[in-house]
Amino acid sequence: MGSINQYIELYNENHQAIARHSSAALNARREKALSLIDGKQLPHRGVEGFEKTSIEEMFAPDFGVNVNRMNIPVNVAASFKCDVPNMSTWMSYIVNDMFHVPANARNNMPSGVIVDSLNSPQSQNIVAQYYGTIANNADPAVALNTLLVQDGVLVYIPRGVKLEKPLQLVNIFSSPIDLMAMRRLLIVVEENAEAQLLICDHTQDSEHNYLSSQVIEVYMGKNARFDLYDIEESSKKTARYSRLFARQESGSNLLVNGMTLVCGNTRNSYDIDVVGDNCETMLAGMAIGSGNQHADNSSNVNHRAAHCRSSQLFKYVLDDQSTGAFEGSILVSPDAPYTEAYQSNRNMLASQQARMHTKPQLEIYNDEVKCSHGATTGQLDASALFYMRSRGISEKEARLMLMQAFMADVIETVRMEGLRDRLRHLVEKRFYGQQTLCADCGISCHDNK
Amino acid sequence: MDLKTGDDSSIKGNTRDKGEEDRGLINDVTSSEYKYGFVTDIDTDIIPKGINEDVVRLISQKKGEPEWLLEFRLKAFRHWLTLEMPQWAHLDIPTIDYQAISYYAAPRKKEGPKSLDDVDPELLDTFNKLGISLDEQKLLSGMAVDAVMDSVSVKTTHKEKLAELGVIFCSFSEAVKDYPDLVKRYLGSVVSYRDNFFAALNSAVFSDGSFVYIPKGVRCPMELSTYFRINASGTGQFERTLIVADDDAYVSYLEGCTAPMRDENQLHAAIVEIVVEDRAEVKYSTVQNWYAGDKDGNGGVYNFVTKRGLCRGDHSKLSWTQVETGSAITWKYPSCILAGEGSVGEFYSVAVTKNRQQADTGTKMIHTGRNTRSTIVSKGISAGYSQNSYRGLVKVAPNADGCRNYTQCDSLLLGPNCGAHTFPYIDVLNDTAVVEHEATTSKINEDQIFYCNQRGIPTEEAIGLIVNGYAKEVMNKLPMEFAVEAQKLLQITLEGSVG
Repeated sequence: MGSINQYIELYNENHQAIARHSSAALNARREKALSLIDGKQLPHRGVEGFEKTSIEEMFAPDFGVNVNRMNIPVNVAASFKCDVPNMSTWMSYIVNDMFHVPANARNNMPSGVIVDSLNSPQSQNIVAQYYGTIANNADPAVALNTLLVQDGVLVYIPRGVKLEKPLQLVNIFSSPIDLMAMRRLLIVVEENAEAQLLICDHTQDSEHNYLSSQVIEVYMGKNARFDLYDIEESSKKTARYSRLFARQESGSNLLVNGMTLVCGNTRNSYDIDVVGDNCETMLAGMAIGSGNQHADNSSNVNHRAAHCRSSQLFKYVLDDQSTGAFEGSILVSPDAPYTEAYQSNRNMLASQQARMHTKPQLEIYNDEVKCSHGATTGQLDASALFYMRSRGISEKEARLMLMQAFMADVIETVRMEGLRDRLRHLVEKRFYGQQTLCADCGISCHDNK
Repeated sequence: MDLKTGDDSSIKGNTRDKGEEDRGLINDVTSSEYKYGFVTDIDTDIIPKGINEDVVRLISQKKGEPEWLLEFRLKAFRHWLTLEMPQWAHLDIPTIDYQAISYYAAPRKKEGPKSLDDVDPELLDTFNKLGISLDEQKLLSGMAVDAVMDSVSVKTTHKEKLAELGVIFCSFSEAVKDYPDLVKRYLGSVVSYRDNFFAALNSAVFSDGSFVYIPKGVRCPMELSTYFRINASGTGQFERTLIVADDDAYVSYLEGCTAPMRDENQLHAAIVEIVVEDRAEVKYSTVQNWYAGDKDGNGGVYNFVTKRGLCRGDHSKLSWTQVETGSAITWKYPSCILAGEGSVGEFYSVAVTKNRQQADTGTKMIHTGRNTRSTIVSKGISAGYSQNSYRGLVKVAPNADGCRNYTQCDSLLLGPNCGAHTFPYIDVLNDTAVVEHEATTSKINEDQIFYCNQRGIPTEEAIGLIVNGYAKEVMNKLPMEFAVEAQKLLQITLEGSVG
């Protein structure tokens, strides 16, 4: 049997300790999750949709879980800062799998807004109401996350509240041993509320093997507006399996932009359930691969209500022996007339050994629709390269410029100006293979190339 | 079953009472739905239902096959036993009882026809109804036809003329007898019996089919054509087509198929293998019009076909064109393996589904040679309660430099209850490849219908017009005679499917 058993065993041995450190709402879901994974196997290459990324293999090393909540590094805020110039944010941290919020980090936050641990007393009402109701436990890895998770973040924006500056969450791996972190986010944006969340995913120590299993649940009330930017700059020894589940009520507007700048073995899945009329959904993503990195994005936009629009844009630039995979699907149910759904996947292979696998899909059960998808895989345009060369730009420089230009429209989807500039800078540095240092930060995010 | 009594236990298909009357009646009532739904009252040799090693041996024995072919069948059968029916397609396939099918049905021969006069007149009548030019007057129309009924080849025309050029066009069983070396060399070389469930089944029980060999440098002067017809009830059709185009050869091959209307489902599991050598070109066109079941989804043919061509030679070319209007369920992916340097693969398809039809069809373009090119144009049209899926693979191997693929798949939805789906798989393992895919799904453009209405064209006709325009890109790739037929077929198929 599969690697899931070692974690079931771990749970059976430690369930008291796990329960002791978690709130009642988290504990309430565990038994159900256990029954769902019993006898199941984690998705592997034989499973449709996981041809290029085996979750089974990701979980195969017998990772330890910080059951007893040890090793809390002190004062992360002082040693670590993902600074975005010209943009101030409300910052909080997840170190491995534990939530931290600096003392002064919630200054001026409108009342009623909660950014806190899933275990904190003030979170409990909301957590009890929404936690585990949006994520689909049919994926054994999601059920495993529900089974083992001990902490996570609740972002709660009450009705009508519009945050004037973005929230920022920094995920850090920092541990002297190989470690698996079960991360969980619950985001509730109520009616007419607006918020933006920037997640930065980092690995502090590139010597150890880490695995993050992340489940994000997003609930959007009527006419809510929410932007989620998820930037991964981890290490080549970091594996990541992230699943985002969102439910959109009518009139809501969701933007998700996932950027994989540095990774080891990454799989991101986005499942958007559009249940209310007149929703807007924008899913964007980019991956820059080099070395042996592997980046896999999968999207599933499920239209279940009328007059909605969704758009997807995913771009990859793959160098060296890196591999990329994209699997996007648009599903329009019979209850979703007047849907407009588009999807685009553009990939560039920059080396002989780079590999790209793509599978854009449409499943349409309604005739009142306009849907399309497009996918291309190719290389740099030779005539554009020649144009630049003939104007005295060195080949290397020209290539890098064209690659940056290629990624420009993914960055354009970002609705925060400061972040857009920062991203341009990060992408540029990434292509040049240079280290980037944020002000006051001890980690150089690009030394893992 | 006892081998010796195998022949005796054959039953006659000639058991229908009032055959004439029934036929007339059925024709009258249903001709608008499916005009090929008649049953021909001819003496048929059917073996009992079920499949086991003895049945495989019996089929081989009935065909008087050599030992090596029996061995091939048995290997395939034993492999088939280890397989399960594939479930990955976007199809809802009812459980098929493989023991309830008779695996061999042949129009009973009276010492083999020597000329047209000796061929069963009922049979000729059938093919006349189908509009196949079997008889002398139509020899002038210049198309060589091999007609396969219940998977046994009944007549091949124009043989002598083709023989002058060295072109071999005959039934598979004749080829086994007359050209065993060629058959042995190419049989299973493109579609191995290990390929998939239906390929294994076909390899075990195939009864006949067509064999084409075009020698070096010969441009086949006429279109070769095969008509397939399932006639006997309770049988499956398992034919095999093998086409070999040697260096610098050219051939255009047409395939058409029909079946009677029956309440039960009939299984059609065929294999088509094509080998294209240096600078040769093969054009394979299909107009598939198997009985699709009635409007409630009763009956109809299950069309589970493996078609694949190997462009082995440099600068070889293989072009698939298909117009799919029939079958209750279609599971079919005509493919090209582009191994020769600079070889070209093409796939043009129109698939129409209505009522309760289901289709999961597309192509595979596997680029393993340098500078190979492929084009895929797929047009899906779904109406009624049907489900129509495009599923395709474009793969560029690591050493295949300079490959180019362009894929376009459009789906048109007529009515609120049908579904149109696209599942393309694109695997690029080489950085010099350029692979493009685009797909759109939408309903028929209301502005265009309005424009037609305004000029006095009723909606139904307008839709026919628009759909024909939409499918034109593919229809243009069909040979003349076929294009006319296909266009008519498209029109008939869409009749009554517009609310």
